[in-house]
Amino acid sequence: MRLHEYQAKEILRKTGIPVPNGFLASTPGEAGAAYENIGSHIAVLKSQVLAGGRGKAGGIKTAHSAEEAQFAASQMLGRRLVTSQSGPEGVHVRRLLVEEGVAVENEYYVAITIDREKKKPVVIASSSGGMEIEETARRFPEKIVREYIEPVFGLQPYQARKIAYGLGIRGNLAQLFVDVLLKLHIIFLVSDLEIAEINPLAKTEEDRFVALDSKMKIDDSALFRHEDIGKLADPLDMDPHEYEARKAGVNYIKLKGNIGCMVNGAGLAMATMDLIKSAGGEPANFLDAGGGADAEHIKKALEVLASDQRVEAILVNIFGGILRCDVLAEGIVRAARELNITVPVVVRLEGTNKAQGEKILRDSRLPLHFAATMREAGEMAVRSIRSNA
Amino acid sequence: MSILIDKTTKVIVQGLTGREGSFHAEQMLSYGTRVVGGVTPGKGGKEVQGLPVFDSVVEAAKETGAGASVIFVPAVHASDAILEAADAGIGLIVCITEGIPVHDMLVVARALEGSQSRLIGPNCPGVITPGEAKIGIMPGYIHAKGNIGVISRSGTLTYEAVFQLTAAGLGQSTCIGIGGDPLIGTDFTDCLGMFEDDPETTAVLMIGEIGGAAEERAAEFIKSGAFNKPAFAHIAGLTAPEGRRMGHAGAIISGGTGTAGKKVETLADAGVKIITDPSAIGETVSAGLSVERKRVTARRKAAN
Repeated sequence: MRLHEYQAKEILRKTGIPVPNGFLASTPGEAGAAYENIGSHIAVLKSQVLAGGRGKAGGIKTAHSAEEAQFAASQMLGRRLVTSQSGPEGVHVRRLLVEEGVAVENEYYVAITIDREKKKPVVIASSSGGMEIEETARRFPEKIVREYIEPVFGLQPYQARKIAYGLGIRGNLAQLFVDVLLKLHIIFLVSDLEIAEINPLAKTEEDRFVALDSKMKIDDSALFRHEDIGKLADPLDMDPHEYEARKAGVNYIKLKGNIGCMVNGAGLAMATMDLIKSAGGEPANFLDAGGGADAEHIKKALEVLASDQRVEAILVNIFGGILRCDVLAEGIVRAARELNITVPVVVRLEGTNKAQGEKILRDSRLPLHFAATMREAGEMAVRSIRSNA
Repeated sequence: MSILIDKTTKVIVQGLTGREGSFHAEQMLSYGTRVVGGVTPGKGGKEVQGLPVFDSVVEAAKETGAGASVIFVPAVHASDAILEAADAGIGLIVCITEGIPVHDMLVVARALEGSQSRLIGPNCPGVITPGEAKIGIMPGYIHAKGNIGVISRSGTLTYEAVFQLTAAGLGQSTCIGIGGDPLIGTDFTDCLGMFEDDPETTAVLMIGEIGGAAEERAAEFIKSGAFNKPAFAHIAGLTAPEGRRMGHAGAIISGGTGTAGKKVETLADAGVKIITDPSAIGETVSAGLSVERKRVTARRKAAN
């Protein structure tokens, strides 16, 4: 789960990492009031969306008066912001963070994340802040400093100093930098983060460090011990189908196409998407009903697909292991009757009790198409759309 | 022969008194696995599926002589269960549990460094040596005894692959589900090394997916000459978008790394035969092996 900038900054502030003074605004009036409250001449209005690349897309504006702040906010709020990372449909801007402007002298990048190959957390830092780290890595690889953290022992002060010196930060400033890094490491650990990033970390003209922007992503598997953070999740930040699927305990990701997929198991689901694509079609989604899915999961998964207006055909690909094909077939029949599915449904079953499952489906007299292999299923789904068109 | 497990392997089930643990203990027993007991803290002295339940892994290992453990405990307690098994000197720990926090696994990985225990998983279907024993949740009947070693990051896609191999008349020596999480105990490379040393294994099938660099490391391993048997691979997720976790916590393309395209390219470069069509896994391996046999026969003739 990704946190919004204002949520991440609240965590930084509570831990003692300086952030600019700021207020959240969801109306132009609130933005104007926020400008007054900040009390600095220049205010920065930042769209609170879960997509990077806001600045270049016009998602960040400055204001020099309450009126300007109000006007800028009226232009920004309620719009769909299309950034390099948001996808063509963009993301809805519902809140702004209105912050004091900071006189910046230097910008750094610092992040703590997990290196899965080394099985250790790693600090990544660079003196080219403000830029995406991938871009820095490509253009100025020599500017990136990496320091691995021993799990259990944690980030040691000497390591943080090493990173500071590596970035050319010395003297009193180095001590301030070390303080930021050690606190960021505590946040990374305590909040079960997959990534804790401050970019840019600004060195101000007054020789202080201030976190101007921050990205945090918490491990979804650890949310059970972070109820407070879990509560920050806003359904409106999610695609409605993704939200419904999540509630039903189904792994679902919306894609661009028109063939709805329902598969048990993530690997098999990806393989099914690949097959649809190679047959000349486009999957509407990734859907893993779970390796241990039962009839109820299958029904909920079909509900999600049936409620997606873009879906012109549904492909069900199930390998029955512990989940038997007959149990699954009953789930499909029940769901199809209740949901009144009108688009063609291609079914491919394999594994435990396949024959019983297919019999249940055939006896149901539902308009289903049966495929013998995954490839055939993909081709049938693609064809069924062409013949409907 | 086979790798990791055979019909003599004695197994305990951590989480035996739970729904999953008890169900799969029964399934494993009926496959022929020597399940000898289970562990649930606080429930020592009970009996489940005719098996004795112990309070701790140490006690269970001492009483039963088990050398392997399979873990079904919920994600909240799973990393603790792994560490307990390792502390008790269990040589093979198979963790089925899905959804263990990655920070917990960082600690486990550090603790297992230099230990005598091998961890398979977490978030995996387990290990099976067909006709002898299965330690995990895979449906036993789709497997057949034979000479193909299977290594996979996936669950049902592995079943699919194995099913096709069996249908094509290709049995398996051992099949290992290494797990779909970003941090796992045993990876492709470890398994390739073991299959190289197993005389019964004549070829290997790898099922990979997007995310991480485990497939790339396997390719390097093969290229270095450490694995010399015919190898086949299918990589799922060629069409997966960047930045989205595709079900498995480990299946995510980030910062342009972990793409299926790159994995396919690296493996092909190492001489691994790439299977692009997941519904043609059985026939591709079968055809590949008969080409290989002809090549070997031709070479022998030439040498004579």
